[in-house]
Amino acid sequence: MTSQLSVDDPPAPPLPGVPPPGLPRAARRTWRRALRRDWQLYSLAILPLLFFLIFRYLPMLGNVIAFRRFQPGGNIFGEYWVGLRYFKMFLNDPTFWNVFTNTLTLGALTLLFCFPLPIVLALLLNEVRAGRLKRFVQSVSYLPHFLSIVIVAAMVMQLLSMDGTINQLVRAGDGEAIPFLQRPEWFRTIYVSSEVWQTVGWGTILYLAALTTIDDDLYEAARIDGANRWRQTWHVTLPGIRPTMVTLLILNIGTFMAVGFEKILLLYNPLTYPTADVISTYLFRVGFTSSNFSYAAAIGLFEAVIGLILVLSANLIARRTVGTSLW
Amino acid sequence: MVSIEAAEPATAPTPEPRRRRRGIQQTRGYRVFQVVNAIILTAVVVVTLYPFVNIVARSMSHEAYIIAGQVNLVPRGFTLDTYQLVLSDSMFWTNYRNTVFYTVTATLISIVMTTCYAYVLSKKDLKGRSALVGIAVFTMFFTGGLIPNYVLVTSLGLKNSVWAIALPNAINVFNLLVMKAFFESLPNDLEEAAAVDGLNTYGILWRIVLPLSKAIVATMVLFYAVAFWNSWFAAFLYLDRQELWPVTIYLRNLIAGATGAENIGAISEANEVQAEATLKAVTIVLTTLPILLVYPFVQRYFVRGIMLGAVKG
Repeated sequence: MTSQLSVDDPPAPPLPGVPPPGLPRAARRTWRRALRRDWQLYSLAILPLLFFLIFRYLPMLGNVIAFRRFQPGGNIFGEYWVGLRYFKMFLNDPTFWNVFTNTLTLGALTLLFCFPLPIVLALLLNEVRAGRLKRFVQSVSYLPHFLSIVIVAAMVMQLLSMDGTINQLVRAGDGEAIPFLQRPEWFRTIYVSSEVWQTVGWGTILYLAALTTIDDDLYEAARIDGANRWRQTWHVTLPGIRPTMVTLLILNIGTFMAVGFEKILLLYNPLTYPTADVISTYLFRVGFTSSNFSYAAAIGLFEAVIGLILVLSANLIARRTVGTSLW
Repeated sequence: MVSIEAAEPATAPTPEPRRRRRGIQQTRGYRVFQVVNAIILTAVVVVTLYPFVNIVARSMSHEAYIIAGQVNLVPRGFTLDTYQLVLSDSMFWTNYRNTVFYTVTATLISIVMTTCYAYVLSKKDLKGRSALVGIAVFTMFFTGGLIPNYVLVTSLGLKNSVWAIALPNAINVFNLLVMKAFFESLPNDLEEAAAVDGLNTYGILWRIVLPLSKAIVATMVLFYAVAFWNSWFAAFLYLDRQELWPVTIYLRNLIAGATGAENIGAISEANEVQAEATLKAVTIVLTTLPILLVYPFVQRYFVRGIMLGAVKG
């Protein structure tokens, strides 16, 4: 599979095997040669490419229904153009701005807790001398990551029910039992803590791996310079895991807008909508309860574009400031 | 490849100089820190495990004690009647069978697709390779969204079939990149020798590459299987009939007290003493059990897979 042809390749067209007709003849010839030689390899890519085309790129195009009138059961790309009608609709929709604010708040809180806590836990684990203890803590803390969101939500409900452990503690402290899941003021706390519970352990893996790659000589040098443990952590350990931190931060920002849609869908109810309803859950209801697919698609497109802008700018900023980026 | 052992400097063969260094450093402040650290980590373990213990305790308790708010760590009024009730519900078993069937089918499809594409992408000299990578990676950051996906799956006529669950999620790009990184790390010599011997690409992949890749394939099977086993939303969206649901939907409807609860209601009526709270706890335990049982054995493969993906980024 070695190819000397790649030296003077033209910019690759989006699809292999389909050389755009406009290419110069030499380029077309190299494509023909690549195809003749590697056709078996390309053939392995056909089914996966079909998957991406049908189930990833076609839905992207399907977003045109955000600009078109859509009838369930009709054309999947809608019936006729309506321009920005649905976008104007949600920009004038007070509910939309409420769920927009909720999305930002929950996203920010999740980032605030779920991003740094794994770093802290990894640093603490890194200080543990007893290998067996360390392995045990790691194994236990990874466990929640493997549970279905449905199970996590069910456990949350059990713990927070009127007869659950939390309310027993409340009663023991001479308080009145609180129906936590019916109280909007509690939803953010519940959501973020269950998120931390489920993700913090698993999140340490990459940091622990990065920590082992830090050169011991650096600690030695720092110690000779008179740095205590704390200063060693600050000046050697943290810079050592910075690339990992930046990468994970960018990835976290990429999912910022999509805040735990499935978990919120399982945990919220009309009583907690004021704080719990986010863009994705709102569009879910608009789409499936009110059957307004075009309106929901417009909201979804808005959300996806913001998500993309966020991850692109985070990547750009990271590359400019700390020199680490995803691509 | 980075294995989990590599993540533990304290047990690696190199810790001698480090331990000596730290020995010198055993200041009083650091000893205090060690104690505090041990307390914090113990708290992490307790907080992580408590919900599991609590749910098991509730599942084996008498409903009356639960309602009175007296069940925490140990069962009160020990009884296994509710387990009997749930296990004798034929819909529970039907849904469990569905979960197994969906997981096996979807994982199989995913593995074949991911392996094929990852192998293609691992060929550095392949013309158009960067475009093929780009097609996949772009979908990590931009997706069509819920509504267009739903419209598509529905109009393809996939509703109420296993395909609605398996096909739209056939390739996970993260897994794809992990596998690609692994294939890239394999030595090229063997494949070249096989090619000289007249083996074609399919033969090389099947007879040379895959036998060398058993570990990564196993890891990928686990990644996909756990994801499909745990998934509920696709089923919730695309499967309308109770007898098609996976067990996650069975549990979801139970906790949401929603639509499909008719048969649950029948159970509660059949045995009025054992009602909702225990019923929920038992169902949670029974759906969590398979994961808990295999977890100790498969955990390290997951860690290995994650690290492999991270090395490549």
